[in-house]
Amino acid sequence: MSDSINNPARTIGSTEELLAYSLALETEAVERFNDLADQMETHHNYEVADLFRKLAKIEGLHIENVNQAATGKQLPSLLAWEFEWDDGESPEGGAMQDAHYLMQPWHAIELAMQGEKRAVAFFRHVAETTSDDKVLKMALELVEEEEEHVALLQQWQERFPKPDDGWDEDLDPPAMLE
Amino acid sequence: MTAPSACALIQPKEYKSGVKPVWCPGCGDFGVLGSITKALSGLQIRPENAAIISGIGCSSRMPTYLSTYGFHGVHGRALALATGLKVARPDLTVIATGGDGDGFSIGGNHFMHTCRRNPDMTYIVMDNQVYGMTKGQASPTTEPNWEKGKLTPGGTGINPFQPLVIALASGANFIARCSSADSNGTARVIMEAIRHPGFSLVQILSPCVTFRPEQREWKNMLIPAPVVATSDPAQAARRLLTDEGLFTGILYVGNRPAYQPTLEASIDDVAKLDEEFQL
Amino acid sequence: MSRRNLSIALTGSGGSGVMTTGNMLLEAAAEAGWYGFMGRSAGPQIRGGEAAALIRVSSQPIESPDDNFDLVLAIDPGSMGRFVAEIPLRTDSLIISDSEGGRRSSSLPDTPAQLLDLPMKKLAKTVKGGRPNMIALGAIAKVIGLAEASIYSILENMLKSKGPDALKASWACVQAGFAAAQDLPTLKGPPITTGSSRERWSFTGNEAAGLGAVRGGIRFVAAYPITPATEVLEWLAGSLPKVGGVLVQAEDELASINQIIGASFGGKPALTATSGPGLALMTESIGLAVCSEVPVVVLDVMRCGPSTGIATKSEQSDLSIALNGLHGDAPHLVLAPTSVTDCVLTTQWAVHLAETLQTAAIVLSDQSLGQTRAIVNRPADIAFMAKRLVPEQFDEVYNRYAVGVTGVSPMSVPGQAGGQYTADGLEHTVAGAPSSLPGDHLAQLEKRERKITAFEYGQHWAELEGRGSTAVITWGSTTGPVREALMRLRETGEHVRLIAMRLLAPERPEEMAAALDGVEQLLVVEQSHSKQFYRYLRAAYDLPADTRVFNRPGPLPFRPYEIIEQLAEWSAQS
Repeated sequence: MSDSINNPARTIGSTEELLAYSLALETEAVERFNDLADQMETHHNYEVADLFRKLAKIEGLHIENVNQAATGKQLPSLLAWEFEWDDGESPEGGAMQDAHYLMQPWHAIELAMQGEKRAVAFFRHVAETTSDDKVLKMALELVEEEEEHVALLQQWQERFPKPDDGWDEDLDPPAMLE
Repeated sequence: MTAPSACALIQPKEYKSGVKPVWCPGCGDFGVLGSITKALSGLQIRPENAAIISGIGCSSRMPTYLSTYGFHGVHGRALALATGLKVARPDLTVIATGGDGDGFSIGGNHFMHTCRRNPDMTYIVMDNQVYGMTKGQASPTTEPNWEKGKLTPGGTGINPFQPLVIALASGANFIARCSSADSNGTARVIMEAIRHPGFSLVQILSPCVTFRPEQREWKNMLIPAPVVATSDPAQAARRLLTDEGLFTGILYVGNRPAYQPTLEASIDDVAKLDEEFQL
Repeated sequence: MSRRNLSIALTGSGGSGVMTTGNMLLEAAAEAGWYGFMGRSAGPQIRGGEAAALIRVSSQPIESPDDNFDLVLAIDPGSMGRFVAEIPLRTDSLIISDSEGGRRSSSLPDTPAQLLDLPMKKLAKTVKGGRPNMIALGAIAKVIGLAEASIYSILENMLKSKGPDALKASWACVQAGFAAAQDLPTLKGPPITTGSSRERWSFTGNEAAGLGAVRGGIRFVAAYPITPATEVLEWLAGSLPKVGGVLVQAEDELASINQIIGASFGGKPALTATSGPGLALMTESIGLAVCSEVPVVVLDVMRCGPSTGIATKSEQSDLSIALNGLHGDAPHLVLAPTSVTDCVLTTQWAVHLAETLQTAAIVLSDQSLGQTRAIVNRPADIAFMAKRLVPEQFDEVYNRYAVGVTGVSPMSVPGQAGGQYTADGLEHTVAGAPSSLPGDHLAQLEKRERKITAFEYGQHWAELEGRGSTAVITWGSTTGPVREALMRLRETGEHVRLIAMRLLAPERPEEMAAALDGVEQLLVVEQSHSKQFYRYLRAAYDLPADTRVFNRPGPLPFRPYEIIEQLAEWSAQS
């Protein structure tokens, strides 16, 4: 919520800390994508549901990568709000509000890509502000990795035409539940 | 969260029941669900020792989606039901959840009197200024010139309810405002609210993407309160009346003792009650 | 000649203290070894209005008002006018009044009874701090044959908090009243037996209901004050903390019912007490208790309705709302005590049933039971206790609303790991998840119905007495006069059956058929203008073709002779 310019993320001082951030980011991403897949299933948008499920699986692989990198290290234990992300939310976790029940694959990929771009920005900020060489190296690796994700998603998105205006039109009125 | 002992800790997702929400994708309530799980995890409250109580409305579906004990009751009475539970079972962590219609319109009387009574519980109100489950009518917190409510064409023309001001005047012991878009920040506030003795009100501005799509902009409008929480009701009142509902954070932290009658028996045998009737 | 029983009315106004006098008289009667009761009737004023204490004493346990009154003591003559209909008199009844006791030109209404004058006001003025009601007490004691000295210990006990001067003045007045009544005729009461016994109790129906609730296991009460239920709450507020319970004064009846649902969900047996208007407010949430299968007990001390009606007076007109007031198909329990003493058993049984069957129980008491103080035999101990079926261990999936054979499914208590579920007013699956599927709806409706219809309620569903081809069926407080009427008939060799229903819902068709077996004539007696009980019986049971109704609205109670007349008229016709 806070403005990243006025309120930048704090400097990260160790690779353990950076790995904790990275793990939180990927964990949150898996949960979000699974949540979004559930939402789409509930609203019978199965194509996008499958896509979100796939994204969750991919992010799950990233968790494994981070866990491997963390082998033998003692990562700090932080509560959700103790992570000082740019805007308070994990870069790949804060896109829930952009979901729509009629969204199309193009939108879903766009949503994921925005998250990856925020992740790039976050790790770049870490690289720019750290004074620890190991952190710098790892942060740059993570930037590179996230940029790869962005590029992949861009390719993926090109397979779907950008939906025309009016894609969110619903021919039925909302239902009354209670 | 990845310390070696981490496996023993209860993770946020373990507080989810697995029942899939019926909320519209994009709804702010998803964020609040996440915040509640994070707060419970932060406090490491075992799911069986917490109870989430609600009334009727979109946000009142919350208990079903959590792995704690829960009660999804009738419209407007969540606070009364929660009060009974807390008084009878002070060992439980009791959280009431609901929306602005449930809490401030049909449940308005209980809202005031639960603030007065000050039981040790937390009330999370997901405020979207509209009735979602009945197709988008104006709620008590709707601005007077909102013209899209079909029962109030041309706007309600009446003053919006100010929950935080009413709560303060009625005696709530902890008052905060949050944005559902800030899931982590909201989680922290909920954790503080649960921790604080007495009745804690957490108003969470939670957009209704179906009937109030313009509320998606809230995430750019809400700003953290530029001052720290006060324990002075007069100062809190001044702030709450002048912040146009846009300051987030913990705004008032009182020090009234919580309402909790003792439940210790003074006689060992119910039959002793007979004595007063014997001639 | 002493009488087996005596009915005495005290009337007054403007704070004349008739209720206090009546209570003292009842105490004195208890000391004399008598049984009895005191009902009350009052005008609409909070203070200073007309009031009547309606007392009957007897050598035997009694629970019905008599046909008429033997003695009236009108401290001021004008006060009696308000109660003419409630104090029927014979030509040989005595009215003791004070022709100078009124404030303005108040005078006695036309009456067939004998008038006697006693200058209570004037006599009271001869004593410093003296009051006419204590003159009256002394006078009544003399007239009905109580020893003067027996009043002293009662004064001592009841005026303890008022100090020695008050006691002295009151005692002087009682003596003066006793002396002044030397010249009045006597109406000797039952023979006096000395020595009090723990085997006799004194309580009101409201206190009795409170006691039954606590005995049954109630430990949480939330309620909003309402006449005539408030005394239940007053007693519980004082008594619950002693047994580790609590009473919360709620902001309204909507809060009351929901607070008790919350407490019961938390594992504490819970009750609220109210009257008609409060019951109407609670009905939505009683349906919630039914649907979510959370045990609660709602005690309705009925008064005249509809709306605010006559808030201080009795009527049996909440039967329909108690039976049918819930929306949807919401099977629940409705019970009614048949006497002041029975308020203990019926309320205790209601707690037991609600807890056993995990549903809502409505107990219909009324003003005439609730606010009557009675001297009775010690109520029997019964074994009904709250005992909820709680799971001891949990499978991987806990189905709170599993359908099962009996329909009663184990109900976990918050704090039990593995037992988490969401209690829901939405229709739900066996696991408690919201469901709008027809199959789930039907399965849960059947479960909730079966658990209360298939249950074995035993003998307490009704009080069945007597034999014969004629029966009177009634419920609640009208049981008293019916029972006395049938007893009188029995003394003349005429046998009529009594069916006094305690369990009104669920229906008991087999038991009722057995109770009505051989009955050719059935008289329905009820205190409701629209014949609510009769309509209910018609809808629920097979009644004899020859069925009649004797009904009237409150507040006038039925008197035994009226029931005898109804039966006599009927047999004369047939």
